[in-house]
Amino acid sequence: MATQAFAANEEFQAFLDAHLERDLLRFSTAGSVDDGKSTLIGRLLHDTKSVYEDQLLAVQNAKVNRAGGKRMDLSLLTDGLRAEREQGITIDVAYRYFATSKRKFIIADTPGHEQYTRNMATGASTADVAIVLIDGSKGLLPQSRRHTFIASLLAIPHVVAAVNKMDLVNYSEERYREIEAEFVALGMHLGLRNIQTIPVSALEGDNVVEHLDNMPWYEGPTLLEYLENVPLYEHESDAPLRFPVQLVQRPDRTFRGFSGTVASGSVKAGQKVMALPSGKTTQVKRIVTWDGDLKEAHSGEAVTLELADEIDISRGEMIVCADARPHALPATSTHFSAQVVWMHEEPLVPGRQYLVKHTTRTVRATAKKIAYRVDVNTLHRADADKLALNEIGEIEFSTTLPLFFDPYRERRATGALILIDPISNATVGAAMITQALKEEAAEQESAPRFAYLPGEHAVAQQLLNELQNSGANAVLLDDAYISTEALPAAARAVQLAGAVAITSRELHESSLADIRIFSRVTRLKSNQSLSAMIALLNADAKENA
Amino acid sequence: MSASVASSPLEISAAEEQTNALLTPQKMDHLRALEAESIYILREAVAEFAKPVMLYSIGKDSSVMLRLAQKAFFPGKLPFPLLHVDTSYKFPEMIAFRDLYTREIGAELIVHRNEEAIADGASPWKLGTQNCCGALKTRSLLDGLKEGGFDAAFGGARRDEEKSRAKERVYSFRDELGQWDPKNQRPELWNMYNSRLRKGESIRVFPLSNWTELDIWLYLYAENIPIVPMYFAKEHMAVRRGNQVHIVDQWTKLLPGEKPEPIMSRMRSLGCSPCTGAIESTATSIPEIIQELITFRRSERENRAIDHDEEGSMETKKREGYF
Ligand SMILES: Nc1nc2c(ncn2[C@@H]2O[C@H](COP(=O)(O)OP(=O)(O)OP(=O)(O)O)[C@@H](O)[C@H]2O)c(=O)[nH]1
Ligand SMILES: [Mg+2]
Repeated sequence: MATQAFAANEEFQAFLDAHLERDLLRFSTAGSVDDGKSTLIGRLLHDTKSVYEDQLLAVQNAKVNRAGGKRMDLSLLTDGLRAEREQGITIDVAYRYFATSKRKFIIADTPGHEQYTRNMATGASTADVAIVLIDGSKGLLPQSRRHTFIASLLAIPHVVAAVNKMDLVNYSEERYREIEAEFVALGMHLGLRNIQTIPVSALEGDNVVEHLDNMPWYEGPTLLEYLENVPLYEHESDAPLRFPVQLVQRPDRTFRGFSGTVASGSVKAGQKVMALPSGKTTQVKRIVTWDGDLKEAHSGEAVTLELADEIDISRGEMIVCADARPHALPATSTHFSAQVVWMHEEPLVPGRQYLVKHTTRTVRATAKKIAYRVDVNTLHRADADKLALNEIGEIEFSTTLPLFFDPYRERRATGALILIDPISNATVGAAMITQALKEEAAEQESAPRFAYLPGEHAVAQQLLNELQNSGANAVLLDDAYISTEALPAAARAVQLAGAVAITSRELHESSLADIRIFSRVTRLKSNQSLSAMIALLNADAKENA
Repeated sequence: MSASVASSPLEISAAEEQTNALLTPQKMDHLRALEAESIYILREAVAEFAKPVMLYSIGKDSSVMLRLAQKAFFPGKLPFPLLHVDTSYKFPEMIAFRDLYTREIGAELIVHRNEEAIADGASPWKLGTQNCCGALKTRSLLDGLKEGGFDAAFGGARRDEEKSRAKERVYSFRDELGQWDPKNQRPELWNMYNSRLRKGESIRVFPLSNWTELDIWLYLYAENIPIVPMYFAKEHMAVRRGNQVHIVDQWTKLLPGEKPEPIMSRMRSLGCSPCTGAIESTATSIPEIIQELITFRRSERENRAIDHDEEGSMETKKREGYF
């Protein structure tokens, strides 16, 4: 292949600048099975010349072709699993990438089949735009409504309906207007902020990238024009700081840094910050990165904060602005309600325990109550005693340790959580927090306490004696027959029995993380007096109660 | 070091990046956004898994992944070892680069080989590409992971490489046998990754999931990251096979009538010598490679024999435990 080298370095620099300046838009498809989602994505890739020749050839030579005639079955460009090709449906999300001179795009092509709703939600959760496909010959189906509803729950900033298969309805404007009216009504009911509809034929390639002559009555943008120009979600510049601590880095004795990604707002060197839940305040000494220290880091940036004072902060805790007004602080609570999309065959039942992963914190939670379940066809609320696969409802939860959160509608990053079954480890639900609830004091279990004295067996023994002498229940977990892997479970059992768990064994970060799911870990040092140790343990416990 | 790319006057310096970030606080360019996403994934996995390892294939994607890991854990050292699955058919330049570079950055390197199969003379000629890959790569990888007791393995695979990879989660769950079940993947919403495992199960973590081939090259350039010199064109003794160029070395079995000749060529993707073709090219610098890339009409993995044995062959291999 003859290659024309860039005429000059300046030319390459210009190319590079132009390339880097393009912003990134993520969009996902949604809608009922066979509405033509994958075909539409295939068409978009094909008509923007984003498909390599050998990939196109593979599609042409494929054994299956549902497009009919001599046409290529463009859905095969994204339906990459063997089972998908055999069954002619999409089973799981396919991610595809393309770029035009205006933007870079990440596409999530999701399945329409009801059985795979969880995969649709997976693809939609990170989208800036959701394209809801509607088969023009069938109109709005229950699954189109369900997906539009999920898109609204996920607060996807833009939802566009592509009314597809216009070739099957003679490109009828009347038919299109009918569906448009129905979709706009649905969108208004759901409170969608930006609604748009576009008549297309994915099969013929009309109004996807090109305007053909079939629908002269339509004067709006093609789908690609829409995607290239839709305003990207702007982060508010004065949003309050949320910095969930992901990892504590201690490369040597001189440095201790808190790594994480700014989830909201920004953080400046020198700024006064506060750690949650302790409420302790200090200043940001440095914002450390491999590329050098920063003066300021913004939402989305991955950095390491070094703080002026040595305060104890662990993974799962949060750094926020110290002089924020109360309303600019996240809620700190063990009780909250959330909209839940249930994703598992075994239903959600009140009283059951789950693990909640929220920002970088994983805690135990109990589903207390189903406030209501939503009928996806009528969007009406109804009472329910369980939430079955693919059902959506508002659930009240309580957790063993507090979460620091915002309502999902205000801040996606600190309002979203996933639910995990503690036995099977399956991801069973996605939840969007609506609000904090009043805590019912009577229900609190006795505050869990875990004393960690790595390498100090003798001191741990003294602490045990001291606690027992003062009438408290305590158990030392130093016996070698408890493997370090089993230690978190043992500690949990000890705490549930109302006792303080103590260990002097060296625990790996991941074991400590397992313990932090249900308990604050109080790291003690041998040079502290026993009474100081006990005071620290009690203070930590109170903080979490 | 000799392998490092020629430093260019166009290099985007870190300092410039920072001031840019200060000037336009709301918008990160897309490479910085991808970088931040990858760093988040790397940190999340290190925080939650007991014993992670990074699969290091010596290729351009591994080079990017390694740099991202250095950034993620700065100022600390890499909190995990690198694992290279050596099939014994890697190009000598790759092995030389591997040893030099990992030593230079102070990484701990584990090399795992399926010595038994190698002693048995496993080769693509004897076993066919599928079975050869199965023995020297997949089996060897699974054994290497098991031997080290690793519960998570970072891989540099990208979703834009191949149609079954396009379907994979960032956290790709594997059962006790290391197998992937594409029809039963865990839902993965937002950036909340589920790392819960039972004994014997593991997760492949793909921090580069959302990077494209072009992104990789732009990043290699912007960050001045060393790569194996074989990515740059030079004259190789080679033969043309279809629209591919095959570099002739100790393993080459010449077909009747084939006569090696000097051909300006380079590797677009690095694998085992017998099964990875080169492309004709004059690109000797990253800007030239990028220029070439944006005019390409054929995909990156086309020159890999293993991906094309039959429809869905990558999926089959992945189900069996390949990464
Ligand atoms: N006539 C006509 N047929 C279409 C059009 N778009 C898609 N189809 C056909 O509709 C069928 C389903 O298309 P797909 O793209 O697989 O549908 P999908 O929405 O991705 O289906 P799932 O992912 O399984 O939910 C195929 O036979 C397509 O060829 C169109 O614009 N006109
Ligand atoms: Mg589909």
